[in-house]
Amino acid sequence: MATVEVENQQLQSLRDRARDARRLIVETIFEAQAGHLGGPLSAADMLVALYFDVMRIDPQRPSWPDRDRFILSKGHSSIGLYTVLALRGFFPVAELATFDAIDSRLQGHPDMKALPGLDMSTGSLGQGLSPGVGMAIGAKRRGLDFRTYVMLGDGEIQEGQVWEAAFVAARYKLDNLVAIIDHNRLPQYSWPNAGGEGLTMHQPEIAARWQAFGWRVLEVDGHDMAAVLQTLRHAHEGAPGTPTVVIANTVKGKGVSFMENHYAWHAKPLSQEQRDAALADISAGGNS
Amino acid sequence: MITSETIAPRVAFGETLVELADRYPDLLLLDGDLANSTRADILNNARPDRFLEMGIAEQNLVGVAAGLATLGFVPWVSSFAAFIASRDLDQVRVVVAQPRLNVKLAGGYSGILTGSTGKTHQCVEDIAIFRAMPNMTVIAPADGVEVRAAMTALMEHDGPAYLRLTRDASPVITPRDRSFEIGRAYLLREGSDVTLISTGVQSVRTLEAADLLAAEGISAHVLHVPTLKPLDVDAIVAAAARTGAVVTAEDHSIIGGLGGAVAETLGEHRPTPLRRVGLRDVFGESAPNAPLLEKYGLTPRHVADAARDLLAGSRA
Repeated sequence: MATVEVENQQLQSLRDRARDARRLIVETIFEAQAGHLGGPLSAADMLVALYFDVMRIDPQRPSWPDRDRFILSKGHSSIGLYTVLALRGFFPVAELATFDAIDSRLQGHPDMKALPGLDMSTGSLGQGLSPGVGMAIGAKRRGLDFRTYVMLGDGEIQEGQVWEAAFVAARYKLDNLVAIIDHNRLPQYSWPNAGGEGLTMHQPEIAARWQAFGWRVLEVDGHDMAAVLQTLRHAHEGAPGTPTVVIANTVKGKGVSFMENHYAWHAKPLSQEQRDAALADISAGGNS
Repeated sequence: MITSETIAPRVAFGETLVELADRYPDLLLLDGDLANSTRADILNNARPDRFLEMGIAEQNLVGVAAGLATLGFVPWVSSFAAFIASRDLDQVRVVVAQPRLNVKLAGGYSGILTGSTGKTHQCVEDIAIFRAMPNMTVIAPADGVEVRAAMTALMEHDGPAYLRLTRDASPVITPRDRSFEIGRAYLLREGSDVTLISTGVQSVRTLEAADLLAAEGISAHVLHVPTLKPLDVDAIVAAAARTGAVVTAEDHSIIGGLGGAVAETLGEHRPTPLRRVGLRDVFGESAPNAPLLEKYGLTPRHVADAARDLLAGSRA
């Protein structure tokens, strides 16, 4: 087969997996009657691209020393990561039904000691990039060529620690470190009385801020699978002496029409009717 | 026994890092731009390849250490106790204590004897904070010799730990041939009238208090508790049982520190009349050491007074 054909098949396969992930996110949150929806749905395409194509991983060896690392700094999107890990074979898809239940390995926020395949515990926003810096420094010291990926929310980067880590990453020339910003423009409650943009958190200067801290900046439509794939592969290659940040412009609640761009769907239990409507949207969705 | 030798615990910290770096290839030191105060600079001068400067950014400092620990490194985080116990507390909680990563937190300039820096740079609540945190081991050595022994023991201990260090030179009371066992209290002096229990460098002043009491005919039993967690419950209960009267002493708040820990332990296992010497729910201030010890009630005389008052009260 021609390379183009292989690539097209891979793209279609990734789009299918992203649709599966969205379906499992909605079903799991419906069953648990708890958990987050908006952020997991905005991150789903990138998580699928990372775990099914870009990252060097082996579901049978979650502690493989040479594996690429992934830190979900926006830990409240845990169900997005869990569905992709399950689809990739790290654990049975059926185990998603235990999400948030007592004794579950699938904690509300990721617990690296509970579930194999999680490279860091997260949940308190702003913390994930720093352990990523530690892993990237450690990889260089150990002579290992793995990459470390850290996914952050665009609201999360209000936390000062992110910029402490960004400064140190550039200082140590961590070209084996990739940050991904899920730029869905909607945090939990946003800026109700701050005027201007109102409820959305428009950050037109987001690229300039990372550039000023010495990072290579790549921007992408976070739901265009072909573009996501190309950009993450490009990020994976690295730029000598410079950490890379991918700013992924996304839609919170992507794939479910009545959730898209509504901050109320950050975290909210679903009714049976809403679940059915959401699943219908997802299966009908063309998924670019 | 109080020897004539004095060592600054912070210097012992720096020198021991060099010694341990040679024995443990995975040891790294992460500094928060204070190395020439904490004396982590001694390691940087000897083994710069093991020294990582993280700048004035304590939250990131702890997070980077956690990431390194996942690769099998043994990172020592070095800063002031005040910053480790508050500025980066959420980071310690979420990426060190909760996942039980092998990160060692070295809090320099603990207590109130911090070189005239005052309340922002003193720390009188670090023991209470880290005692309350699940998965943490908490150690406050008495002198430079015990700093070295405790650090050596911590390198063989896989898990998060907080090491409480002090700034200025103080007399050595620890025998050089004694190895350090995490979780064990050490008897410094045998006595029969009152039990004095202390931690950290305050144990030197507590031994001096025992001398003052001896001169008055009061025989003090002195127990040094360098490991605040896990606590040597058996030793504390036995020491209390021996005399039936207990005074605790620490360069720390009486709330939640050694005094709190002993009160909890005895209340549950062997109710015993108790006095707590330490900071009485106040922050410190900037001043030389002698007036600070006097004003905040940490001198040997204060410890002896508490013992005498307790005995008078319990006999009345």
